[in-house]
Amino acid sequence: MKSLRLRGRTATPPPAAAPGEVLAEAEGLHVRLGSREVLRGVDVVARAGEVLALVGPNGAGKSTLLSALAADLPATAGTVRVHGRPADGWSAPDLALRRAVLPQSASLAFPFTVEEVVRMGRAPWAHRPGAGDEDDRAVAEAMAATEVTAFGARPFSALSGGERARVALARVLAQRAPLLLLDEPTAALDLRHQELVLRVCRERARAGDAVVVVLHDLGLAAAYAHRVAVLHAGRIAAEGPPEGVFTDGLLSEVYRQPVEVFPHPRTGEVLITPRRD
Amino acid sequence: MTVLDKPADPVGPDGPAEDAHTAEHAERAKPGARRATPLLLTAGLVAALLVLVPVAAGLGAYPIPTGDVLSSVTHRLGLGGAALDRVAESVLWNVRFPRIVLALLVGASLGCAGALMQGVFANPLAEPGVIGVSSGAAVGAVASISLGLTFLGNWTVSVLAFLAGLATVLLVYAMSRSGGRTEVVTLILTGIAVNAFAGALIGLFIFFADTAAVNQITFWQLGSLAQSTWPKVLAVLPCAAVGLAVAPLYARKLDLLSLGERPARHLGVDVERLRLVLVLVIALLTAAAVSVSGIIGFVGLVVPHLLRMAAGPGHRFLIPGSALGGAVVLLAADLATRTLAEPAELPLGVLTALIGSPFFFWLLRRTRRKQGGWA
Repeated sequence: MKSLRLRGRTATPPPAAAPGEVLAEAEGLHVRLGSREVLRGVDVVARAGEVLALVGPNGAGKSTLLSALAADLPATAGTVRVHGRPADGWSAPDLALRRAVLPQSASLAFPFTVEEVVRMGRAPWAHRPGAGDEDDRAVAEAMAATEVTAFGARPFSALSGGERARVALARVLAQRAPLLLLDEPTAALDLRHQELVLRVCRERARAGDAVVVVLHDLGLAAAYAHRVAVLHAGRIAAEGPPEGVFTDGLLSEVYRQPVEVFPHPRTGEVLITPRRD
Repeated sequence: MTVLDKPADPVGPDGPAEDAHTAEHAERAKPGARRATPLLLTAGLVAALLVLVPVAAGLGAYPIPTGDVLSSVTHRLGLGGAALDRVAESVLWNVRFPRIVLALLVGASLGCAGALMQGVFANPLAEPGVIGVSSGAAVGAVASISLGLTFLGNWTVSVLAFLAGLATVLLVYAMSRSGGRTEVVTLILTGIAVNAFAGALIGLFIFFADTAAVNQITFWQLGSLAQSTWPKVLAVLPCAAVGLAVAPLYARKLDLLSLGERPARHLGVDVERLRLVLVLVIALLTAAAVSVSGIIGFVGLVVPHLLRMAAGPGHRFLIPGSALGGAVVLLAADLATRTLAEPAELPLGVLTALIGSPFFFWLLRRTRRKQGGWA
């Protein structure tokens, strides 16, 4: 019995992170997928209390970088650390208490209801004293934050693409991990819900989490990210606060498309549009 | 039911999803109603068992009134009642009861293996018979009959069926997966290939067997519980018991696996280990069933599927429920085979295939409609 319990050691949740503490980092990271070297020496840091946006053209390595930070892909060279420890040094249950991942597309093999899907996010916390009430609260909050409460009893398979995406995000939020890795959470969403999702990201950062989010919409990145990292051909082309990083020259070069960056006439916020003249 | 093998969603980003099942799910829109369904179903299935067992024990070429059956059982348990005359007692305890117990064990194993397999492959069309694992296990069993192997005594057939079944599960698994998912087409085609190969091997063994063995194999291939004995029950019991006891422990993790492999890992599931354990359990259960009863298809497909439609896809009910449901279905089917065409006896595997194949056909059509095509 004793040996059984030792083997089935329950994972321990991490202590609360101090603001600015590094929750995930890549150092000189190289990742090879098949014969293609997708990441070629990437350094990036995700800190507690910050939203970090990963932007860049298709195929630049954004999703691969996110997967490497999530400990899904092994590094060919360099290191990935999650909560200070090499990513492959954690067990799956321990990692599940430390980072939550939103995949690019959500699929489900069997017709679970929306609420059941969101509740799956609580799996890492199973078998803890007082887990039941905490689970209910986390699920309800996550569903409210993503505006999916209204169709909680419907089967996931009966939802539209945008609704599915929000349910998947609710599941990730219900996991209550201090490191959130979101791959294009806004891709299938309408204007209102894009804003909603990024406000949720900001809120989680304010609550002390580290949020890493892959975005295609540079305007959203400029408006909501504390820092952006522009990926280009497997390297970080620029990194820092959006006002400093998003410049005509850099974006035009990286996207191979003339781009204009200018302040909003009323708010002064950074606006980015392709030049069409 | 929802088979999302392709990462790309057939539904457009924002149009309301065209879903054939919306109506089917509407009746359990209330979460409370859905939670009560498993309890009701369990109660219903247990009641069905309690009725079926004494009825099945009484019916047959030598009818025994149900009252006498109960009386004999309570007598043996030392709870009063009275022993029957010698013939009746012998028919009941040496012929009927071993057969009933075997039907229950085999049915539970097949139902449970089907539910597990659908969970592991994240695919509602997976079933030991359809994808060729049953015939794989059959190759092992036939080999031991044909070559007269008895090096492990009573256990020889079971052990060889298990090893061959295990090899087949692993083969099918490896061949039909790509990118962390199994596509329906690949799975079914792999099943066809595996079934063809297993059929050829079985044919080869029949070719080399003597007449007595050929008869035994042919009879056994059709699937039957006609020659049930207590030693056979004992030969199956360990495999089935281990498999049935271990399977429910993985229910929660199977729920998570329906999100896909990576999301399951993100939620703390050691996916590789889970798969390894469950493939072993599936092989154990299938081998247990096949080694005594031959190939009995579709129980593992139909039972979990109906339960999923009634009570939702949660594996905490689905796994034990499928075992229970499989036991009920197979006991009823076996009762039908030996009473419908009295005094002749229909092969059990033939009966389940007659009923199960149209169901499979309907399921294929429905899955295809939902996906909007295979390719």
